[in-house]
Amino acid sequence: MLSVTTFVIVSVIKTVIAIFVLLTAVAYSVWLERKVVGHIQNRWGPTRVGPFGLLQPLADGVKFLMKEDLTPPYVYKPLYIAAPMIAVIFALTSIAVIPVGNWVNIGSIQTPLQITDVNIGLLIVLGITSMGVYGVALAGWSSNSKYSLLGSLRASAQMVSYEIALGLSLIGVLIMSGSFSLREIVDAQAGHFWGFIPNWNVFRGQEVAFFIYLMAAFAETNRVPFDLPEAETELVAGYHTEYSAMKFAMFFMAEYANMITVACLASLLFLGGWHGPLFGPHILQEILPLFWFFLRVFGFLFLYIWIRGTLPRFRYDQLMNFGWKFLFPLAVTNLVITALIVALKS
Amino acid sequence: MLQLVIFLVFGALCVAGAVNLLVQRHPINSALSLIVVMASLAVEFLLLGAEFVAAVQVIIYAGAIMVLFVFVIMLLNAGEEEATKGSRVAMLLGVPAVVVGSGLVAWVLVEHSSAQSAEALLGAPRTIGWMLFHEFLLPFEITSVLVLIAIIGAVVLASRLDTSTPEPGSRAAQLDKMGSVGQLREAGSPVEPVGAQNRRQG
Repeated sequence: MLSVTTFVIVSVIKTVIAIFVLLTAVAYSVWLERKVVGHIQNRWGPTRVGPFGLLQPLADGVKFLMKEDLTPPYVYKPLYIAAPMIAVIFALTSIAVIPVGNWVNIGSIQTPLQITDVNIGLLIVLGITSMGVYGVALAGWSSNSKYSLLGSLRASAQMVSYEIALGLSLIGVLIMSGSFSLREIVDAQAGHFWGFIPNWNVFRGQEVAFFIYLMAAFAETNRVPFDLPEAETELVAGYHTEYSAMKFAMFFMAEYANMITVACLASLLFLGGWHGPLFGPHILQEILPLFWFFLRVFGFLFLYIWIRGTLPRFRYDQLMNFGWKFLFPLAVTNLVITALIVALKS
Repeated sequence: MLQLVIFLVFGALCVAGAVNLLVQRHPINSALSLIVVMASLAVEFLLLGAEFVAAVQVIIYAGAIMVLFVFVIMLLNAGEEEATKGSRVAMLLGVPAVVVGSGLVAWVLVEHSSAQSAEALLGAPRTIGWMLFHEFLLPFEITSVLVLIAIIGAVVLASRLDTSTPEPGSRAAQLDKMGSVGQLREAGSPVEPVGAQNRRQG
């Protein structure tokens, strides 16, 4: 047991590191997106600022800070200002319960690689993401513009609809591991079966759930092909039409932070978290789990960008039909079958 | 000690949110205050060791039900609340009634409650699941049937308006082809230009 002072110091250090890593990852996933989409479309993407355009996120950040922060006269000010804050706060908060690796020992202090290990971690992530919709909804309403309002109405309807399929797809995983703790869910996926296939949930009968989660997660984060809330060909920019400078950048940050959270969650729940082959000297064995985890998250982000560069956008009724008439029944069926199999096995 | 401080802070926040909910004139501000109330209640549950209830409080009440509230307020574009004769009467009668009611509850709690430590409360997901599917299985199932009836009732009420088939070629039929727009019209929402509605002065 740690003393209170050490606990506070360790927590503060971990929080600072986690936020720093997350914000850097957000900035560089924007760079990655521009680069990958550029190559998909036979362009180069950013190349001018630094080698391979690597300093582009910094330049963008400075640009956003220096730009004029316009507040249109017809907006409802308190909520107009609060909305981007709400979006970014909830997007950054959920990282607090995401574990990225095993326990580490620094001197006599033993601590998990996670800001806090709670036994309802998954529920907390779901709760925080379900609150995140307010940022988008209020932004559209308080902007007092038809494009913004339509965008935010679409966003709230879409998020509420797909949250059900998302939640139901996760229950299968919960039944198999018997815990809400993200760490325990990952630990339940250690090892192999039949000698070589990793014991990940996605290989143990949760393939359908993984597919549903993937689809629902795209819709929850408003990404192509579900980016109706900001469909630029019909709604200018959707819910953030009236925002400029850093306020706009905050919505941008929230979207990418949500993408990273969703990617982390997919890796933890379905792909065995940080489990992977360990080899080499002791120090390498300590670092490898982190590397495997970040590799998975990177894979998901790449998949996001790849799909954005490939697929067109859904029509709105197609989106609702897909969510309610296809994903939802599929998720319920998967849940019932998983529960039956687990009950028959025990 | 720390727990007590956090408990008091969030208790105060909860009460402040509830008061603000009543004082605010605009429905969206009231709805947002209600979210604050729900979120601080969730923290109180967490401090009492009922972490599952806390999470459910956030996911269901703050995350789902209040989203629908805000959604409806946005969609109907409800304006500022106006004071009517009825609301003044309610104000005159309601405030004393609330004072008397909360006084009674406080008296009952102080005089007649048996102090129970937080450890005695069962709040872990496993215990709740066990209790739901063993001791309280029948009430649980009956409640779920009740919810199902409510859902079916809502679907029936929503679809009954749809029975009159519009003449082919009419404006309504064209709208129906567009799916969701048709439903919106059937639900009786005001057909006004969206931008002109929630414009307020200043």
